[in-house]
Amino acid sequence: MSANIALSIQNISIAFGGLKAVSEFSMELPRGCLYGLIGPNGAGKTTVFNLLTGVYKPDTGSVGMGKMRIDGKKPNQIARAGMARTFQNIRLFGELSVLDNVRTAAGIRTRSGLFRTLFRSPLHVAEERAVTERSLELLDVLGIRHRRDEQSKSLPYGDQRRLEIARALATEPKVLLLDEPVAGMNTQEKMEMRGLIQSLREQFGVSILLIEHDMGLVMDICEQITVIDHGVTIAKGSPKEIQGNPAVIEAYLGVPDEEDPIPAADRAPSEETN
Amino acid sequence: MKSVQERVAALRPNPAVSIGQSIVPFVVAIALAFLIDKFVGPAIGATWAKILLDVGIAILLAGSLNVVNGYAGQFSIGHAGFMLVGGYAAAWLTFYGSVHWFGTKETYGGFLGDGQLLFVGGCILGGIIAALLGVLVGLPSLRLRGDYLAIVTLGFGEIVRVLGQITDRQPKNMKVIKEQTMGELANNLGGAEGFSQIPGYTTLFFVYVMAFVLLVLAYRLKYSSKGRELLAVRENEIAAEAMGVDTTRAKVVAFVFSAFFAGVGGSLYAHQLGALDPKELGFMKSIDLVIIVVIGGMGSITGIVLGATILVVLPEVFRSFADYRMIVYALALVMVMILRPQGIMGVQELWETSLWRKLLGKFRGAAK
Amino acid sequence: MSSSLTAGDLLQTTINFLAVGGLYALIALGYTLVYGILRFINFAHSDIVAWGGWIALTVASGFGWLGAGSPAFALPVVLLMTMVICAVMGVTIERLAYRPLRKAPRLNVLITAIGVSLFLQNVGLLKKFFGNRPSTISSLMENKVLATIGGVQLRLFDMMTILLTLILVILLERFVYRTKMGRGMRAVAFDERVASLMGVNVNQVVAVTFALGSALAAAGGILFALRNDLRMTADSSWVLLGLKAFVAAVVGGIGNVRGAAAGAMLIAFVEVFVHRYVIAAFPDKPWVGQLQDIYVFGILILVLLFKPSGLLGKTTVEKV
Repeated sequence: MSANIALSIQNISIAFGGLKAVSEFSMELPRGCLYGLIGPNGAGKTTVFNLLTGVYKPDTGSVGMGKMRIDGKKPNQIARAGMARTFQNIRLFGELSVLDNVRTAAGIRTRSGLFRTLFRSPLHVAEERAVTERSLELLDVLGIRHRRDEQSKSLPYGDQRRLEIARALATEPKVLLLDEPVAGMNTQEKMEMRGLIQSLREQFGVSILLIEHDMGLVMDICEQITVIDHGVTIAKGSPKEIQGNPAVIEAYLGVPDEEDPIPAADRAPSEETN
Repeated sequence: MKSVQERVAALRPNPAVSIGQSIVPFVVAIALAFLIDKFVGPAIGATWAKILLDVGIAILLAGSLNVVNGYAGQFSIGHAGFMLVGGYAAAWLTFYGSVHWFGTKETYGGFLGDGQLLFVGGCILGGIIAALLGVLVGLPSLRLRGDYLAIVTLGFGEIVRVLGQITDRQPKNMKVIKEQTMGELANNLGGAEGFSQIPGYTTLFFVYVMAFVLLVLAYRLKYSSKGRELLAVRENEIAAEAMGVDTTRAKVVAFVFSAFFAGVGGSLYAHQLGALDPKELGFMKSIDLVIIVVIGGMGSITGIVLGATILVVLPEVFRSFADYRMIVYALALVMVMILRPQGIMGVQELWETSLWRKLLGKFRGAAK
Repeated sequence: MSSSLTAGDLLQTTINFLAVGGLYALIALGYTLVYGILRFINFAHSDIVAWGGWIALTVASGFGWLGAGSPAFALPVVLLMTMVICAVMGVTIERLAYRPLRKAPRLNVLITAIGVSLFLQNVGLLKKFFGNRPSTISSLMENKVLATIGGVQLRLFDMMTILLTLILVILLERFVYRTKMGRGMRAVAFDERVASLMGVNVNQVVAVTFALGSALAAAGGILFALRNDLRMTADSSWVLLGLKAFVAAVVGGIGNVRGAAAGAMLIAFVEVFVHRYVIAAFPDKPWVGQLQDIYVFGILILVLLFKPSGLLGKTTVEKV
């Protein structure tokens, strides 16, 4: 695999009790890219994320990061190898403070074991300081440093999503999987996030794969988009190519009926799909 | 942005200062324990001194359980099993060892004399054996879901009790004891009658040294990356895994840590009571400890101290209502779960609560 | 107990096994029904079993049926009345202690159940209630020898246990799989939210579940007390009985009615047969006779490590 590819996914599939949730999914994420993964509800997008991050083991195929094969490994091993994610349904450490959420993730990059911790060895003290320092900087970048001591579960929704991203970045990832990062945000917040996500690549040197339903955002910032429906990849290409692809339109809107009782001129203007 | 490891070199503390800060709390602990033993104990009279000692042991036991149940949010209800194992190991060493090496069954030597050193060795041995057992039990079972883990730890506690009851009888005749090696005597732990005539080495000093040491270590653990891993496991195990935390390993380490201190606690318990009865250290004892952790506050160190104090002192004060003690506990448990499930303190320490900050603010305001 | 293994011995052991298995099944069903619906282990279940035995004693002595010359219908009447009383107890406990925690984390309900268990145990100890001395209800009905086959006596209590268990389990199976309420129970066990959206009255289903489980527990308690002493409510023999029945439910596949019965038979098999023949195989090691509890927990641990969903259970996948 070439040195420029951060993540290589080859033909992964998984079936749950006879139902194939993901079929022959392949993708290559180059270094520093920003790719999108879209599809109608229930298409299997989050399942792909779960396959990549080790929550599920693929029935077939392989996933590689750099020289290492990561399919079949446990989630924490994959995270340490450099793949981080956010969750569609937000999974914060609710009772912990905003800062502690991030520090927990940053802490995986320390080397001190139990004894060094219990006896507060100089290495441990240095590492804890480093963890706190980096965590605060991350909160800064995501604009939530002022909430550092608040309990994370009491944060407003948009800030919770930012915290998830800060936490994922704390693990020093090479690949970042964002699962609906702007879901539920208002237009203003979405504008901010747009710029932020794009800047992450330079600031942190990560390759980003994004699941989103906000087509505007996806078409705007993603370099390449993969569309899946019922677990099958139905299109892959640049935003322009995807927008014009009939298979994609069909997947989202359905095939128009031959005998539509409402004449075209009388149909209501179609709503923006989100 | 710089990685964590890239920053470490620049943030290293002055080694002398760091080592000093590391050791000072332990020195203070030993000094405080000494003061309690030599001054507070005699000052409050024998009855209250015993209560104080019981509180200390309860703090040690509940504090260690807190690391597993409170920090990591796991449901272990077999803590008494570790106490029993630790107690047996320590008693084996001090009782048979005393006969072999000091020629007596009584306590031997003065402060920090041979006898007490043997006792300290026994406590540590008890802790180590309990910790090893913790690895054995924890590794396979900490993968299980909460309610299943509860049953397995319960079962483990019962298995230890049963095994204790089928050990060989304890010879009390010194001549008979001397004829056998320590190794041969390893299974003579008293069987169903229990192990008795254990020399009474436990004093306020030893109890509070161990209790304070545990409190210091528990505090340091909580406010560290390793501790946050445990709290994360409790909050959202799936997210913790996704963030790189080896959740099984974290849980096992917590389990082994707590088992060690339970073993030490068991040893202190045995050498205070003078006897070790497997039936006494079964399910009910484990539940007693769980009650302290739940009511005091799952995850709060100050909560544990509070809980241990209340739950040891109250029954002594209301002795005449002994019949109703467990009923009151039971109702308290149900009420707490319905009305304030996080316990009195929750996961916060006393100094983190808003009440404390308010009082502190008023105090500072008044001082001006 | 002789260590010879004759055919008669085999028959006696088999009868023993069936009776013990039946007993465990009755109690295990209560655990499995409640776990299936609410996903929590009702620690207080074993205390309903204990109270069943004691309430039976109270009722029987109230009617003056203890002692020689008790009428033949004494036992059935006491059994029925106790089952009803315990059913009411179960529903009340659920209403007061568990329903407020319906949405709470499972661990909290577990702790509450422990609290309820302690409460029942210790209230039962009070002199006003049942006191702290053991008693007996075997005088309710004479343990007649019904027949003698090959030197082995078939006694009434054993036969009754087996018969009663069979009847109650079949009735329960009918109820869960053939009635509307039973369908409701299965729906709630599958997915509570969806079931309530489909019009199932979840509170009612839960109440019925507790009523059934507690009634069966009462039957189990009475049968247990007939074969052994009636120990005080805080005695560990009840806790152990409940624990083993719970292990049976888990081993068979918790949440699964047939699983509970299957698990109960397995546990009883190990306890009775394996135990009996291990003792016979090691006559010189008296401590071997104390190992029943370890066998049972050993099986539990093996099952939980290798097939946590139990022998007849299905694995569920958590949505991430």
